[in-house]
Amino acid sequence: MEKTVEVLKSATIRFAGDSGDGMQIAGSRFTETSAFFGNDLSTFPDFPAEIRAPAGTLFGVSGFQIQFSSQDIYSPGDEPDVLIAMNPAALKVNLKDLRQNGTIIANEDAFIEKNLQLAGYKTNPLEDGSLAGYKLIKVPITRSTNNAVQELGLTAKEANRCKNFYALGITYWLYDRPLEITMHWLETKFSKKPVIAEANIKALKAGFYFGETAEIFTTRYKVAPANLPKGIYRNITGNHAAALGILAASLRSGLPLFLGSYPITPASDILHDLAGFKNFGVKTFQAEDEIAAICAAIGAAFGGSLAFTSTSGPGMALKQEAVGLAVMVELPLVIANIQRGGPSTGLPTKTEQADLFQAILGRNGECPVPVVAASTPADCFMMMFEAARLACKFMTPVIFLSDGYLANGAEPWRIPHASELPVIEGDFRTEKEGYQPYMRDEFLARPWVKPGTPGMEHRIGGLEKQHITGNVSYDTSNHEFMVNLRAQKVKNIENYIPLAEVDGDPEGELLIIGWGSTYGAITSARERLAAKGYKVSRLHMKYINPFPKNLGDVLKRFKKILIPELNLGQLRAIIRAEYLVDAIGLNKVQGLPFKASEIEKKVIELLTEN
Amino acid sequence: METETTTNGTVEGSAQVKLTAKDYASDQDVRWCPGCGDYSILAQVQRVMPSFNIPKEKTVFVAGIGCSSRFPYYMNTYGFHSIHGRATAVASGLKLARPDLDVWIASGDGDLLSIGGNHFIHLLRRNINTVIMLFNNRIYGLTKGQYSPTSEHGKITKSSPLGSLEEPFNPLTLALGAGASFVARTMDRDAKHMQDIIAKAHAFKGTSFVETFQNCNIYNDGAFLMYTEKDTKPEHTVFIEHGKPLVFGAKKELGIKLNGFRPEVISLEDGKHTIDDVIVHDETSRELAMIIAQFTDMKDFPVPFGVLYKVERPVYEDQMEQQIIDAKEKLGVGDLEKLLFAGNTWEIK
Repeated sequence: MEKTVEVLKSATIRFAGDSGDGMQIAGSRFTETSAFFGNDLSTFPDFPAEIRAPAGTLFGVSGFQIQFSSQDIYSPGDEPDVLIAMNPAALKVNLKDLRQNGTIIANEDAFIEKNLQLAGYKTNPLEDGSLAGYKLIKVPITRSTNNAVQELGLTAKEANRCKNFYALGITYWLYDRPLEITMHWLETKFSKKPVIAEANIKALKAGFYFGETAEIFTTRYKVAPANLPKGIYRNITGNHAAALGILAASLRSGLPLFLGSYPITPASDILHDLAGFKNFGVKTFQAEDEIAAICAAIGAAFGGSLAFTSTSGPGMALKQEAVGLAVMVELPLVIANIQRGGPSTGLPTKTEQADLFQAILGRNGECPVPVVAASTPADCFMMMFEAARLACKFMTPVIFLSDGYLANGAEPWRIPHASELPVIEGDFRTEKEGYQPYMRDEFLARPWVKPGTPGMEHRIGGLEKQHITGNVSYDTSNHEFMVNLRAQKVKNIENYIPLAEVDGDPEGELLIIGWGSTYGAITSARERLAAKGYKVSRLHMKYINPFPKNLGDVLKRFKKILIPELNLGQLRAIIRAEYLVDAIGLNKVQGLPFKASEIEKKVIELLTEN
Repeated sequence: METETTTNGTVEGSAQVKLTAKDYASDQDVRWCPGCGDYSILAQVQRVMPSFNIPKEKTVFVAGIGCSSRFPYYMNTYGFHSIHGRATAVASGLKLARPDLDVWIASGDGDLLSIGGNHFIHLLRRNINTVIMLFNNRIYGLTKGQYSPTSEHGKITKSSPLGSLEEPFNPLTLALGAGASFVARTMDRDAKHMQDIIAKAHAFKGTSFVETFQNCNIYNDGAFLMYTEKDTKPEHTVFIEHGKPLVFGAKKELGIKLNGFRPEVISLEDGKHTIDDVIVHDETSRELAMIIAQFTDMKDFPVPFGVLYKVERPVYEDQMEQQIIDAKEKLGVGDLEKLLFAGNTWEIK
């Protein structure tokens, strides 16, 4: 049968199955191949907190969504065009997101009585006509995979585990992707178990040939390479980018890197990455708890290291007393909070932006800490680098905010050359003459003196310090002076960060303000709105404490301000308090990122009311 | 001038200007209550420091919170008065980042064993080369007299008007149980012994744990009187030394023997036992150290002082440095440019 080829600008597919079905692997392989192919892309892995939740259950469903395009894209896509459903639960959980008339590729072998019951289906949706609004393609994925690998003599379990590659093969055919990159990956990954590599390759090819020969696919799609800026690219997740960012800061400052960390989802990959950089002289210390992790980092900072601690929300809460200590002793320290759904243990594997208050306000006393936030996975690199730069220049802890969506999501990254990165000043004072531990430079930073420097022995600590001498002081007016001084020091940072820059008209009806991982969804929404003739400006905040110094002026030039956030309005509350503007919130706390359509809808509502 | 230093800060082969105890006193007024046992600890530390032949600038005292933890302010070295319970964690990070420094921890029974109990056991387990000085006064002093994790059961304090309901920690068995490689005890009223123990703790490569019985003359006065006063000390204490028998009493007329796993106090004068029946201390035996440490809480047994256990094993920071050396040898010294461009890259022209 002759198959038609349809050229698309972009496509979104979602792999969904049990958490043991290898959906994250299938999604990652599709991502790698698409990146190689030259598409712009954005991914969204979504998986349960349980490592292997009971098979077939709704809560055990693991998903991986990728949007790939011949144009710039900013988000993993709102609605998948294609859903690969490995079992009834995966179909049930994901169907609501699939676009009208979208394609379902279902593993019909898994739609058996027991699984249908677990998913809460009374009748088989593949048979009862309930999927009439979609293009349903039933494939015996389990049986076909078993047939494909039969001659290799694997156990039933081993054979069964190849079915994700069979499904991947179908999608490669459907979107005209080459198989070689994935085959190479399998050969490397299973170099010690060549039979497993061979089985998966057979499954992959079998899936691909199924697409080619089966009579059910009438159309193939082509998504051409994107026209991205020139350069060398790699695919990168937010956590990998963050690890590289802090390493780069260490090397560009000449300061040895010390990480104190305690494993926590979704931040652990940063610890894993840095533990692998020992040949760069990086020291990683897996502490007994979150408190020890940050305290060890503070000890290392005292010793002259670029000190770093990585965590997520609940761990951040535990660290806060020590953050206050770092503020008091005025030592550089980078604290990464990879936010997740809260409060308490909350939703460990889901994304949220509800730790902004915690970052800015979460300590005892007047305790100002600079806060920066990454906007995309690749941006984690530069914002981590920035956090380190500010920490060293101003002798202060700095909080870097990312979230689960950025941490695990991936996008192509135009790799910067090491030599293009700015040099970070991390100078130690060794001049004895005139030295006082709490004297100040023009940035209001105190001098950094390493133990081991002769004649400059001094003591620091959490008790209030006398201005200049750094001696313990209970003097009430000195305390007020020091509280103001520490606040001023952080406020002054506004002079050393970029001004707020508006995308679109510098004044008008509506300004959307975003921060962190909402960048992609807001950008996509603006493009769609522009296509419909709505003029909307946008400001994305990467520096949240202090704010860029022109932010107040920018706000005044718009009639309405909309702040979409994955919380109940934390940035909005701060902006309202600071600038007395009646900012409007768009808030979502479902553990999921915004869809562009949600923002688009809210904007249209605001522009057409009255 | 750059000097070669070993991992506990000792300068090798350089002629040091000889320092004195006075050089280690900072310009800050000492603010402990008059008569506090902490004064003695400060004095003994300042007295022994010069003998280590370590430049002052290589020495760092790290503390948490409590009366004991003001210690760094009074030492004219580098110092860090951190937050409650975390001195061991801060000191761990400092020593790992800077193995060339000589790192000391000053802590109290509340700081080290209550709020900081977790970091304490993990530091012992890791064996980072530091000295932990526990100032044990069996009471919360700075918060004005609540029972501590080493206060005896039934202790009447402001927070336990009808008596505390908790069994106390024995810091020595706790440390031994956590895998400590050096465990010792001394007392504030025996200056010579304390100096000797501090010097031994410092000379040991690994985490050295020294418990000092320290009198709080305001909130728990006389807690250790029985062990420190001339007339009762001989009967109620046993000073142990490696290779020497466990004898005590005014005329060394009492000894301790082992009956199976059970220790027994014996008389060396009643004709039934001789000195040959007495346990000879072996500081390399964790089992024996565990038994001796328990005398502290046993009726009619003398409280042990001295080095209970001392066995060197690899320290954490050396292993950490070695992994870095090995990684550099195996993979080559890290190159940022190469790392950034590693993996699967593609070019857009």
